[in-house]
Amino acid sequence: MNGDPTLERIAQGNGLALCAAGPWTAPFASLLEAIVSDAEKLAGSRPNIFIDVSQISRLDTFGAWLIERLRRSLTQGAAEAKIAGLSPNYATLVDEVRRVKTAPPDERPAVTITGMLAQVGRSVVNVSETFIGLIDMLGAVLAAAGRVFLRPRDFRLTSTVHHLEQVCWRAVPIIVLITFLIGCIISQQGIFHFRRFGADIFVVDMLGVLVLREIGVLLVAIMVAGRSGSAYTAELGSMKMREEIDALRTMGFDPIEVLILPRLLALVIAMPILAFLGAMAALYGGGLVAWLYGGVDPEAFLLRLRDAISIDHFIVGIIKAPVMAAVIGIVACVEGLAVQGSAESLGAHTTASVVKGIFFVIVMDGVFAIFFAAIGI
Amino acid sequence: MAVAPQTTVAPQPISDAIIRVRDITVEFGTTRVLDGLNLDVKRGEILGFVGPSGAGKSVLTRTIIGLVPKVAGHIEVFGVDLDKADTRQRRAVERRWGILFQQGALFSSLTVRQNIQFPVREYLNVSQRLLDEIMVAKLVMVGLKPEVADRFPSELSGGMIKRVALARALALDPELVFLDEPTSGLDPIGAGDFDELVRTLQRTLGLTVFMVTHDLDSLYTACDRIAVLGNGKIIAAGSIADMKASQHPWLRQYFNGKRARAVVS
Repeated sequence: MNGDPTLERIAQGNGLALCAAGPWTAPFASLLEAIVSDAEKLAGSRPNIFIDVSQISRLDTFGAWLIERLRRSLTQGAAEAKIAGLSPNYATLVDEVRRVKTAPPDERPAVTITGMLAQVGRSVVNVSETFIGLIDMLGAVLAAAGRVFLRPRDFRLTSTVHHLEQVCWRAVPIIVLITFLIGCIISQQGIFHFRRFGADIFVVDMLGVLVLREIGVLLVAIMVAGRSGSAYTAELGSMKMREEIDALRTMGFDPIEVLILPRLLALVIAMPILAFLGAMAALYGGGLVAWLYGGVDPEAFLLRLRDAISIDHFIVGIIKAPVMAAVIGIVACVEGLAVQGSAESLGAHTTASVVKGIFFVIVMDGVFAIFFAAIGI
Repeated sequence: MAVAPQTTVAPQPISDAIIRVRDITVEFGTTRVLDGLNLDVKRGEILGFVGPSGAGKSVLTRTIIGLVPKVAGHIEVFGVDLDKADTRQRRAVERRWGILFQQGALFSSLTVRQNIQFPVREYLNVSQRLLDEIMVAKLVMVGLKPEVADRFPSELSGGMIKRVALARALALDPELVFLDEPTSGLDPIGAGDFDELVRTLQRTLGLTVFMVTHDLDSLYTACDRIAVLGNGKIIAAGSIADMKASQHPWLRQYFNGKRARAVVS
């Protein structure tokens, strides 16, 4: 008996004996499967077939099942294939696999054109559900805020401060660095192109208006959506997965009040601060490049900046910040609470949180632009 | 069902210890959890491993399977010293054991079917048909209906999760299984069924079982031998009768306490 399992065919009168030998175990599964599939073709060739398993050195579930499968395929009509030479050690195992009845059900539904169309339809319907979900959450948050306003003792100051540290204080270095670099790049590009018209100094106008009105707050919002929105979704999502949110609810706490309100409030406070710091860093970076690269000295830069921009530009920018923060926060919380039981679902909702957050931030920015244009600022 | 000892074909070559743990010391920071611990697990037995909460039962299990680093000592599994084994030898050992984690540790984004098939698909080159058939066979063995195959772990009850996790641990027909509190969180009937199941599987597959448990019923009905952990060492090992005869205070309390008497009577 060498290392590999075998299945020998021995003719006996009008019958056939299939002698299995060697280790019929999992490590040899692919070989065993080939042997058995081959032997299954013998079905019906002889009136009397039996499987002799007395020479098997080791047997496990794989081997036992393949022998059982062979027995079933060889059994045709009245001619029942039998298993002979089964040692009592293995009898229980073979009995066990004999209980495997039906062929297992199909794994996945087939991909059809109707199925794909149905998927598209479902996605479109889900868009409206997204909006309803957001409005739902907005309402719930406002209601919770109202309750907390009437009973200030329920306000979770510690939690709010904790989240403020996470989303504001710890975000400062990266936000300042990135906006500083963007300021540098805008200034450098502006000078490079304006120089051809001898209009170097107008780079200050462009930088001031762009940074204070649009880029500053938009960039910060996108950073916050990626940094804090995703964190909110992941936190709430894993709490949902571990039934922590259900636990809170059963203890008589409102998860919106305990978990979501402090997070949203922290974000709404953090965003204007970050947007302001970001705008200053961008202006500083732009000024630095204008000085070193464009030869606009700081005094001229500041004088020009004072002429070019008014407080309106700054207000237009900063007023958008808390609104965008609220949008990012609400999207993140809705997605967090929508997480189902699996790790995959957590990943999908965190992605959706960031993607939708950034999308809505840009949409809001457009809406604000139209609004400010209409009122003439 | 009595198994005739040593007929023409033996399920396993009979040898001595399948796990040999020598002088294991494990520390977390400055706290010493295991302190020069020695333990042998014999081939084909069901070893129940008990001890007070926080004594380091799970730590020992995790140290043996290599998830917790040890400060000193060595571990042999299937005669392979795990510290000296190269990657291939280690893989070979890992293929021969199955582990049931306390919380099941099923892959949450895979269905029951995919969870059970995962190790088989990775290690053996077999057809999808055989994968499906083996999956159903394992489900039947652990007492589940094939209909649960396409459910996700989040759609299963606690008892079903344990059973599916056991089916996954058994997927490659291991010779050795580690069960970390298999009956915790199950109702007494479910726990009793589970003990019966472990017993049956041990008989049919010739398994060696290393079972961490708190469940007195399991110790009485399922285990061949019991090892007790205390103060980072094995304070006693032997049959249930040995345990009851022991004079060790914790053992006396554990095996002769009110709950133990209720189990025995």
